Amino acid sequence: MATVYIPPALRDLTGGVETVEATGHTVRAILADLEPRYPGLTARLCTDDVLRPGLMVAVAGSMSKLGLRTPVPENAEVHFLPALGGG
Amino acid sequence: MRQHALVNHRRPKNEDRTLIGLPVAERQGYLQRIRTMATSEKRKYKVIGTRPIRHDGVDKVTGRAQYGADVRLTGMLHGVVLRSPHAHAKIKSIDTSAAAALPGVRAIVTSADFPDQVGRIVELGEGAVNMRHLSANVMAHDKALYKGHAVAAVAADSIHIAEEAAKLIKVDYEPLPPVMEVIGAMRDDAPVLNDDVRMTEMGTVKPDAKASNVAAKFLFTKGDVNAGFAKADIIIEREFRTATVHQGYIEPHNATVLWNADGKVTVWISTQGTFSVRQQTAELVGIPVSDVKVIPMEIGGGFGGKISVYLPPVAAILSRKTGKPVQLLMDRAAVFEATGPTPGSFMRVKVGATRDGKIVAGDAWIAFEAGAFPGSPIAPGCMCVFSCYDIPDARVEGYDVCVNKPRSNAYRAPGSTQVAFAMETVVDEICEKLGVDAAEFRIKNAAKEGTRRVDGPVYNRIGMLETVEAIRDSEHYQSKLTGPNRGRGIATGFWFNAGLKSAVVATVNLDGTVSLIEGSTDIGGSRTGIAMQLAETLGITAEAVKPQVADTDSIGYTDVTGGSRVTFATGIAAVNAAKEIQQQMVERAALLWEVDASTVKYDDGKIIGPASKSFTFAELAAKIHEVGGAIIGHGTSSAAEQGGAFGTHCVDVEVDPDTGKVQILRYTIAQDAGTAIHPSYVEGQMQGGVVQGIGWALNEEYFYDDKGVMRNATFLDYRIPTCYDVPMIETIIVEVPDPAHPYGVRGVGEVPICPPPAAIANAIHAAVGVRMRDLPMSPPKVCAAILQK
Repeated sequence: MATVYIPPALRDLTGGVETVEATGHTVRAILADLEPRYPGLTARLCTDDVLRPGLMVAVAGSMSKLGLRTPVPENAEVHFLPALGGG
Repeated sequence: MRQHALVNHRRPKNEDRTLIGLPVAERQGYLQRIRTMATSEKRKYKVIGTRPIRHDGVDKVTGRAQYGADVRLTGMLHGVVLRSPHAHAKIKSIDTSAAAALPGVRAIVTSADFPDQVGRIVELGEGAVNMRHLSANVMAHDKALYKGHAVAAVAADSIHIAEEAAKLIKVDYEPLPPVMEVIGAMRDDAPVLNDDVRMTEMGTVKPDAKASNVAAKFLFTKGDVNAGFAKADIIIEREFRTATVHQGYIEPHNATVLWNADGKVTVWISTQGTFSVRQQTAELVGIPVSDVKVIPMEIGGGFGGKISVYLPPVAAILSRKTGKPVQLLMDRAAVFEATGPTPGSFMRVKVGATRDGKIVAGDAWIAFEAGAFPGSPIAPGCMCVFSCYDIPDARVEGYDVCVNKPRSNAYRAPGSTQVAFAMETVVDEICEKLGVDAAEFRIKNAAKEGTRRVDGPVYNRIGMLETVEAIRDSEHYQSKLTGPNRGRGIATGFWFNAGLKSAVVATVNLDGTVSLIEGSTDIGGSRTGIAMQLAETLGITAEAVKPQVADTDSIGYTDVTGGSRVTFATGIAAVNAAKEIQQQMVERAALLWEVDASTVKYDDGKIIGPASKSFTFAELAAKIHEVGGAIIGHGTSSAAEQGGAFGTHCVDVEVDPDTGKVQILRYTIAQDAGTAIHPSYVEGQMQGGVVQGIGWALNEEYFYDDKGVMRNATFLDYRIPTCYDVPMIETIIVEVPDPAHPYGVRGVGEVPICPPPAAIANAIHAAVGVRMRDLPMSPPKVCAAILQK
């Protein structure tokens, strides 16, 4: 069971709840598990079946460029964050 | 953990000058520290940790290295870009007829020559970009959004004809009021720059959102910030402003482009990312990426400012129109007015701590100037502001705001220097109020493995604590600072560092050397750093590797040289290529010895077989063609992501109370490099970052008049530090290996710029008792603060 951290801007969908539990081996599967409980969450995070531009996902403490395909280990934390660029 | 002691190899003349100015006792102490350095470096590896001469050194010091402006092609035309004299204006019409009639003029372009980009969002390696905005930045569409915004361009037989022709282009402007300051731009009644910009939050726009200068809002929370502040015995809340500053690379932007008759486009350019230039150019002129080849020239500095394209699409369209190669070169004014800068900012930071020196809550409100189009580094700024500390309850709110300045771009740890200035100044004030040592306070509150950041993720192994301890234990921090108007300050900083994608190809030569081709453009000596990792893995010398940076048709996709990623990620690719070579060398030795490959092993540069058979790498390399073709190792890196990098700085200053001038007396930086591949390059990055941070702290700023015109767009008036302004920058390399890299590398290029403004502000306070919260802390401001004390 993964722990998904809901960004403050999306907590209107979760009744203000900061973290939710979800099952799935990828970020896509995690969102599919959450969508029935929190309708609209996937649409707020994704467009055209990929993460929205400017967003990225961090799983188990590491930023991933794999987006929805990112593997999610058992009991990992999942965070949706702004994408970063360096100089 | 290992520490290199104090080093300054870069400026012996300056070092001598500084030493001569020191009292005898201090001079002897410094020389003793240099000697300590020479004997204290113990090496775990054979190549890593040594200081070989850089492979590109001879060409650089003899002037033979080829930069973008050195490109000369048969029939090459010279181009000039006409730029807006207004900071904010509608473009009602452009008449190019007089310019086109000038003899020697070959082509003129305006935005009408570029494909309509609508509002497509394209992933460009280091982030998603709105192509309509990128296109409008390369060549203004219906509005000029900053002084210097490109409006048209001319290609002619000579640069002089092109300059004359540009003057003949008639642009009918309708000037609009400029919006130059972030808070003013956020007001409801502020003139709106872009009618397609609406505030987004986590990628979504509210249905009723109106066009606005506020392009994005970010919010991060951790715990209950109000409950956290309720536990505090002391709360400090302060406001800060930082000026717009430029990366200040010495080499201006340049591009030479040939649009060939077969439709293939070749770009010669100084860039931090050839593949990014390829994609941006292809997207902006509307051709497939495979039709564009980008050839990287040597690069005279970038610091984040040479990732976005400005000139290649313009030169490409000019070349398409003329059938000839076209070269565009910026002058310094264009570089200042139309490229770069890092955002000016307004920040409010509030921190609460208990009487015993534990931070219990933090709250920050941050607004960054994005420039003409959205995209400031406000998100990383928000994510960095509390990143050095373990704070149980925190909240950060940030805004990306358009103003009539050049579109902002990355600059070493983008966003982190601004917020470090605010946070570390507040931390220093808390230490002052509580009467605790600034280093011990940071040690007590340091983020460490397991600490959850305000943006959510938990740190893996990091070296924040170790860098503060290194400063605390340094001779500098332990020494006594005496004299009037002198003070000492410390500050710390954080940057994420990136992984991203890299590719290399390595080929074994018959003489035992290895040719290494990589896609990472080399800004800071990375060719040698990558070659050393290949050499270490193969068990050969760094000099036996011949690295070169290749064009986009000659190497696999490689992300930009940015995010402090090259030594980490391209290094991993080189290690992987070396492992492929090891395997092939084992197989060749087995064929030569007529034994099973399973009985052969590769060990530290030797290939060892049964019955005491062995080859050195060079011996086997000479024989590989007896039993096969070329041995080529391929390596890529894409999955690995770095842990963060931290640095802690200590600075002594003397303030002239009559003029407000701040003199840096002594500066020491301790930084976690994971594992220092080439210590001289690590030290160079640390020292260079500090010097840029000193400039940001004390002198650098864009001066605008009331019409939004920059009045100091030269290096004479935009004052970056020179060797006469800075003393030796003493370095302490802390090594807390990053487990994500086979040798433990952490990127070092960005984080050293983060702490200097705060460290210097804290030192100024210690010297003369005034708190500076407005960058730059230039003499007039310091003088005014002293007078108001």
